Amino acid sequence: MIELRVNENTHRLDVEPDTPLLWVLRDQLGLTGTKYSCGIGECGSCMVHVNGEPTRSCVTPVDQVIGKEITTIEGLTGQVAEALREAWIEGDVPQCGYCQSGQIMTAAELLASNPAPSDADINEAMSGVLCRCGSYREIRRAIHRASGRLRK
Amino acid sequence: MSKSIFDQGRREFLQVSCIAGVGLLIGCSIRANASDSTKLHTNPNENVKPLAPNAWIRIDPKGTVTVIVNHSEMGQGILTGLAMIVAEELDADWAKMRTEPASMDPVYANPVFGVQATGGSTSTSTCWVELRRAGAATRELLVAAAAVTWKVPNRECRTKDGTVVHQPTGRILEYGQLVEKAAGMPVPDKVRLKSRKDYKIVGKPIPRLDTRAKTTGTAIFGIDVRLKGLLTATVLHPPVIGGRLRTLDASKARAQKGVRHIIPISSGVAVAADTFWQAKKAADLLEVTWDKGPLAGLSSDKIRARRANLSKQSGTTIRESGNVERAMNGAAKVVEAVYELPYQAHACPEPMNCTAHVREDACDVWVPTQNQGGTHEIAAALTGLDLDRVRVHTTFLGGGFGRRGYVDFVIEAVEISKAVKAPVKVIWSREDDIRNDRFRPASYQVLRAGLDDRKRLVALHHRSVCSSFMDGMIDMLASAIMPRWLPRFAKNAAATVAAPVVKHFRSGKAAVEGASDIPYAIDNFLVEHVNDDPGIPTGAWRSVAYSRNVFVVESFIDEIAAAVGKDPLSFRIDLLGKSPKHRTVLETAAKKARWGESLPAGIHRGIALGGFHDTAVAMVAEVSVDDKGRVKVHRVTAAVDCGTVINPKSVDTQIAGCIVFGLTATLKSSITIKDGRAEQSNFHDFPVLTIDEMPLVEVHIVPSTTPPTGIGEAGVPAIAPAVANAVFAATGKRVRNLPIRPRDLLG
Repeated sequence: MIELRVNENTHRLDVEPDTPLLWVLRDQLGLTGTKYSCGIGECGSCMVHVNGEPTRSCVTPVDQVIGKEITTIEGLTGQVAEALREAWIEGDVPQCGYCQSGQIMTAAELLASNPAPSDADINEAMSGVLCRCGSYREIRRAIHRASGRLRK
Repeated sequence: MSKSIFDQGRREFLQVSCIAGVGLLIGCSIRANASDSTKLHTNPNENVKPLAPNAWIRIDPKGTVTVIVNHSEMGQGILTGLAMIVAEELDADWAKMRTEPASMDPVYANPVFGVQATGGSTSTSTCWVELRRAGAATRELLVAAAAVTWKVPNRECRTKDGTVVHQPTGRILEYGQLVEKAAGMPVPDKVRLKSRKDYKIVGKPIPRLDTRAKTTGTAIFGIDVRLKGLLTATVLHPPVIGGRLRTLDASKARAQKGVRHIIPISSGVAVAADTFWQAKKAADLLEVTWDKGPLAGLSSDKIRARRANLSKQSGTTIRESGNVERAMNGAAKVVEAVYELPYQAHACPEPMNCTAHVREDACDVWVPTQNQGGTHEIAAALTGLDLDRVRVHTTFLGGGFGRRGYVDFVIEAVEISKAVKAPVKVIWSREDDIRNDRFRPASYQVLRAGLDDRKRLVALHHRSVCSSFMDGMIDMLASAIMPRWLPRFAKNAAATVAAPVVKHFRSGKAAVEGASDIPYAIDNFLVEHVNDDPGIPTGAWRSVAYSRNVFVVESFIDEIAAAVGKDPLSFRIDLLGKSPKHRTVLETAAKKARWGESLPAGIHRGIALGGFHDTAVAMVAEVSVDDKGRVKVHRVTAAVDCGTVINPKSVDTQIAGCIVFGLTATLKSSITIKDGRAEQSNFHDFPVLTIDEMPLVEVHIVPSTTPPTGIGEAGVPAIAPAVANAVFAATGKRVRNLPIRPRDLLG
């Protein structure tokens, strides 16, 4: 049995310690907003926050995050999250939508640490999250828009 | 099946009841604005049934309009687009629109394919007339219901934003209030469609219906399906494509926690466990030997060498005009080139997956599919159940790009669920997904051009060596069918094979699309297809044959223009005398990109023309090449004519998305074959374009009043040649293979 803090709730789970956090979230906690796509930390679809840090849950064994605060797309709240969601909706960013949880989780950390990112900052922070549909133009615009909203 | 769902007399839609034992119905049902449905000031009678005047529309007493969508949402915005078409003719309140995936019924078949399926950019064009009629008929029915209620003539009533207004008195009834009355009235047969000038929704940048769900993690994709008692399965596939299981020792794997079943299936060995990770870990412990099968030892090099030989023979003539040989003999100048393109993977972000629950008397399949018809058919065949005992539930698709038109993952889920007598979700790992893809075919293409003494293109000969891709699909379906079901399947297969589209695929015509239907007028023109199928599974890949052939043709046209010292734009325009649509699109792109004007140092332009079927697209790419041969695409200016535009925002994002998809294949990735298997397996060796590599993209829509022609694929073909032609402008090096490799641009 391990204890896991996810989205401000504590869960007691019977799980093998080497299980990637991703599959604990999806299969055991039913938090399917966090997506599996590559399984090797290459694509960013599985991004969650661990103690506020963007973390690829597909390559993070669950025993490494015991006692830490885990946040998934379902639990992402606060000013930055609201600004991002509004900007994402206003800009109709998603196409297929599969990678978007990873995009938003990554963008949230970017704006939390850098409320006014330049295009270069966005490239730096976001280039590890792949979008096969190619919504990059809309992602960039939405981050700028959310940034603008946060600074008002 | 038709009669079980529709009362043919009244065309009344009856909700199919949920089959017992499967608690929840999961689909990509989406509403425009969930909060609005609670704000209505009507007082709906809960006992009033929804109005369902046809197969496409349902209106409940609260006034919520549900559009039944028979196409799969894989990012292209089809839920929103089809709902917009209905809302326009219905004069609906957009905030009350929602969508629901269609059930299985012949009425929902895509007329192009003969079954319910999404592909070939056909969704909007095939629904355009039918959905407008459905919307208009429903609107007239509601008007009639209001007129009866008020005891006034129909002609005194108008509709607006989900209400009927009695003009002389200003009385108003909302659609929801008219549902009960309308249900007892005849649906008009003949309807008058709106005039284009009255459109309030079609042609406007309406926000997508699925955006909210996709920004909160609540949109349900196939991989997210959850059912009571659900097992998750992985499948160990043979390392060599087409290999067969020889021996299996599952003792170590079986001892793992959570593992429930380990069974050989037609495509490999399935491990079903309580969770994905348990199944995957156990699969790694299977001790297996394989018969490698006929493809052992096959490599891209061997395929290439064989095709180089085959290209010396003539193939099937697909298109011919004039006399190419005579014209070549009389030409003042002949230009020749060989182009080669590799296999490409779809790399859908959501790996292939399918959930099936097979019982004695019924089967449910939840699947992110582009092929509901094929899924339905194969599940019925594998279970031995009648078609009306099999239900297919379409979820959101995490990418499709053609890959999800195939049913290999459906076969696995149904086989396993049937064997273990439990609901089973099969999830492929990314490695499974890449290695077991049905790749965009590789091709070897030989071109010759003849020019007269005035530097005019008078002859073009294009010989393409390539595999077809539809044969594989038919074989896959057939091979999965056990003999005892053959008679019924044969009947269905016969109907499928009779479909014009299948004939087209089989004839080789599909393999040369983009080459045989070029818009240029050339007096002597010959396109040949040499069919060569090395056995590597191939399939439709966004824009299908156009993805290969437009690159080849548009690069070669550029090559010819350069050989005679002509400007690539004016050389093309001179050949477009018979294609005003393509000419306009090309000139629009050139003008918007300021073709011919100076650029910052180091940046060079390339131009290309080519869309998909009836959609015309032209692109100008601005590119630089650094001293290490690395290509950077700075800006792409695109122009598109896709007929009537439903949602300009969707056109814009689809073209931009196509550019990203095409740039991955132009600059970064390919599939190479070694020892009968793909050498690539994940995003580290099949890298896709990233945000820092995204060029600025501008999309210009050429206004049109012709019917819509499709937009989901049309932006892919032109980007590779536009970039390659810009690379030529920058370096003098002609790109004849993709992806562009920096080392080829040096020296």
